[in-house]
Amino acid sequence: METSIDISHFLAGAVLALSFVLLYQARLFALFNAFAMQSIALAMAVGWQAYSQGASHLYITAALALVMKGMLIPGALRWVVVKMGIHRQIDPVVSVNLTLLLGVFLVILSIMVVFPVAKMEGGIAREDLAFALSIILLGMLMMITRRNAIGQVIGFMSLENGLILAATGAKGMPLVVEISVAFSVLIAFFVFGVFIFRIREHFDTIDVDALSEMRGDAE
Amino acid sequence: MSMQFVMGALLVFWVQAVLALFRASQFVRLRYGVTMLTSVVILFAGMGFLLGSAPVEQIALPLGLPDIGMRMRIDALSAFFLIVVNLGGVTSSLFGMGYGLHEKRQGRVMPFYSAFIAAMNMVVLADDAFTFLISWELMSLTSWALVMSNEEKETRRAGLVYFVMASFSAIMLVFAFGLLAGANGSYGFDEIRQSHPTAISATIVLALVLLGPGSKAGVFPLHVWLPLAHPAAPSHVSALMSGVMTKVAIYGAIRILFDLVGPSMLWWWSVPVLIIGGATALMGILYALMQKDLKRLLAFSTVENVGIIFIGLGLALAFQANGMVTAAALAMSAALLHVFNHSLFKSLLFLGAGAVLHATGTRDLDQLGGLIHKMRFTAVLFLVGAVAISALPPLNGFVSEWLTFQSVLASPDLPQASLKFLIPVVGAVLALAAALAGAAFVKAFGVSFLGRARSEAAAAAQETDRFSLAAMMLLAGLCLAVGVLPSLAVDALRPVVDMLTTSGLPPQDIGPAPLSLVPFADGRSSYNGLIIMAFLLISGGMTAWFIHHFASDKVTYGDAWDCGTPEDSPLAQYTAESFSQPIRRVFGTSVFRAREVVDMPPPGELRAAQYNADSEDPAWRFVMNPLSRLLWQVTRRADILQRLTIRKYLAIVFAWLVLLLVAVTIWH
Repeated sequence: METSIDISHFLAGAVLALSFVLLYQARLFALFNAFAMQSIALAMAVGWQAYSQGASHLYITAALALVMKGMLIPGALRWVVVKMGIHRQIDPVVSVNLTLLLGVFLVILSIMVVFPVAKMEGGIAREDLAFALSIILLGMLMMITRRNAIGQVIGFMSLENGLILAATGAKGMPLVVEISVAFSVLIAFFVFGVFIFRIREHFDTIDVDALSEMRGDAE
Repeated sequence: MSMQFVMGALLVFWVQAVLALFRASQFVRLRYGVTMLTSVVILFAGMGFLLGSAPVEQIALPLGLPDIGMRMRIDALSAFFLIVVNLGGVTSSLFGMGYGLHEKRQGRVMPFYSAFIAAMNMVVLADDAFTFLISWELMSLTSWALVMSNEEKETRRAGLVYFVMASFSAIMLVFAFGLLAGANGSYGFDEIRQSHPTAISATIVLALVLLGPGSKAGVFPLHVWLPLAHPAAPSHVSALMSGVMTKVAIYGAIRILFDLVGPSMLWWWSVPVLIIGGATALMGILYALMQKDLKRLLAFSTVENVGIIFIGLGLALAFQANGMVTAAALAMSAALLHVFNHSLFKSLLFLGAGAVLHATGTRDLDQLGGLIHKMRFTAVLFLVGAVAISALPPLNGFVSEWLTFQSVLASPDLPQASLKFLIPVVGAVLALAAALAGAAFVKAFGVSFLGRARSEAAAAAQETDRFSLAAMMLLAGLCLAVGVLPSLAVDALRPVVDMLTTSGLPPQDIGPAPLSLVPFADGRSSYNGLIIMAFLLISGGMTAWFIHHFASDKVTYGDAWDCGTPEDSPLAQYTAESFSQPIRRVFGTSVFRAREVVDMPPPGELRAAQYNADSEDPAWRFVMNPLSRLLWQVTRRADILQRLTIRKYLAIVFAWLVLLLVAVTIWH
């Protein structure tokens, strides 16, 4: 039992560590690779949960994460970038060092928020929840510190990874929830894809701040 | 039993409102007739309940929010206000059967008319906060639609101001009920009664009641919408809005303060209520005196009467919180009787103004005059209303104001020195307001009905139709009946007063003569309308006989205004403006910043001399305009939030989330 929990902590911790890796990437392809690695780590974490909880439906979630987020989406993004000849540099709004410091602060905050809460029903470990919350916050941090629309897409999807981690940590979470989460990610991917295409078409850049020009009241 | 009838009648109202969406301009008389009969049903149900002292009835309708439904209840207080609402409904509909036919855009009036009456009934019946608020909003919206039914340009401004103020009062009510919520956050009135709010939250509720239902009733300085909105509606709707809707707002105040908060009330609450009441009464009538639009004058006089009612309520609060229940019962009887009386004579006066408006096409007093010759019946009926509202015996206005003064006389027994000083001052203000009301209605009646016609339209006026006259006669008769038989009216109010103050007036059979009104058990004062009326009839009859017998055959007729310089123009008469000039000079220069500018051309120049009088409204100047400026500035500042980039919005959401998480952490 102890080992099982240790392994699940290790895997969840790996997902979190990869969130930090996502934060300091300066190039798009490296960012895709880091995201793919995070998703694979997530798939392993979910797979381990499936094994240790004996919940076979979680294998489907793990497989979805592995195939969709670990392979298809990074591949598709790579294709988009190559096809459209997008500038492969990511311009951070806040310096990378500051971003990482903020990330550390967010992890501390998540731990302090979650730990005082007593162990929940259904066997979810509070550590798991703290990991998941950290990943969600880091995903949001990534969305607001990147000018690049593709960086925002990746941030959003790593946020979803955190949600899935939280959802699978709890015993008895029905498959339907996870499938719907997976689908929402897929839809988000399409929406962002269209979004990127549009920006590219009009402005020759995917800097989201360029969008404000469209409203005619940019500062 | 009453409940079934009332619910059926409400259903009829709503069905009628829906039916009136189609072909509104047909069967108008029939539609008003059906509305009138439906109101008669509720009127009788309410009277049956009150006079038969029936037990409280409750009903839960399977409408509205799930698990909550719509709860309604008839108790003595609701029954009394049902009578007020539906008496107004009956007479206005009867008037509408004649007057309403002239409306040009029936589709803008008919669907909302019966819905308006139904909504007012529902407010009075509501037994939980949701039902109350929904009915309250329905009442505001339907009346707003009725105000907007005419297409004059100034109506748009009236509609805007009314809409803003009505929303404001509804929001205040939402907060008040939020503070009052009973155990487990339930909003049924029964649960609210069980829970006792803390002194602080009860005091906030008082403030919210003065702001919310207060602004709806028209207390100074939140009355600004009232003189704009009430005159803009068709006259029978004006009668409903001024005579009845303000009373429904007062019902809201009484229900919340005396019933729901009830035992938690504190004595010093009466101080703001009395001050606001006094200010409203005095300012209302001063405004009224300045008007030269007949319907605006009436609307401002409504503000004055709401002030008088609030003075009564403030007195009741002071006595009740000090445990002086008999004095509280006296003040409450005075307030409730004035509610009833004002609904009678204000409806009567607005209907009369409607008849004048239809006959002459104008509400401008300076275009009227001499109507007593053309519209004999309307003139007499309007005069009855004017005498009643000026609080002259033997009519009903005198009775309720006299009762209010009697309860002022009970104030030396109060333990608090501040109230001992305040209440006589408020009484003096009330006396001043009553005197000025007399002046205002001498002006309203004198300028429009007496003298000679000031315009072609007024000279060509014709008597109004039979339905309109019947409605006014009904109201005038009731004014006289309540004035002559006040002890019966006060006896009928006994269950309501008993419910609110746990006491009542002394038994009314101890007076010196049958049917006397006796406010105190020791019989130190009494009023008998019957004797007064008999005296007035006999002395008036004798005077008339003497004059007719000795002088009528010696009358000679000459030219009007022929004091050596024959002047044929009706402009030589007193005008509305000149009549109120002395009072404007005394009060207006400070309060209203009234200025008079005379532009006299030097000798030799041929242009006409000009006289200009203008004034400023302190409610707009000191309250409303600064508020709207502040609001404008705040919204301009907040406008920046509409123009951020996506990333900045995300950053705001994120920062807020982190802030909340930090707060959660610290909280633990």
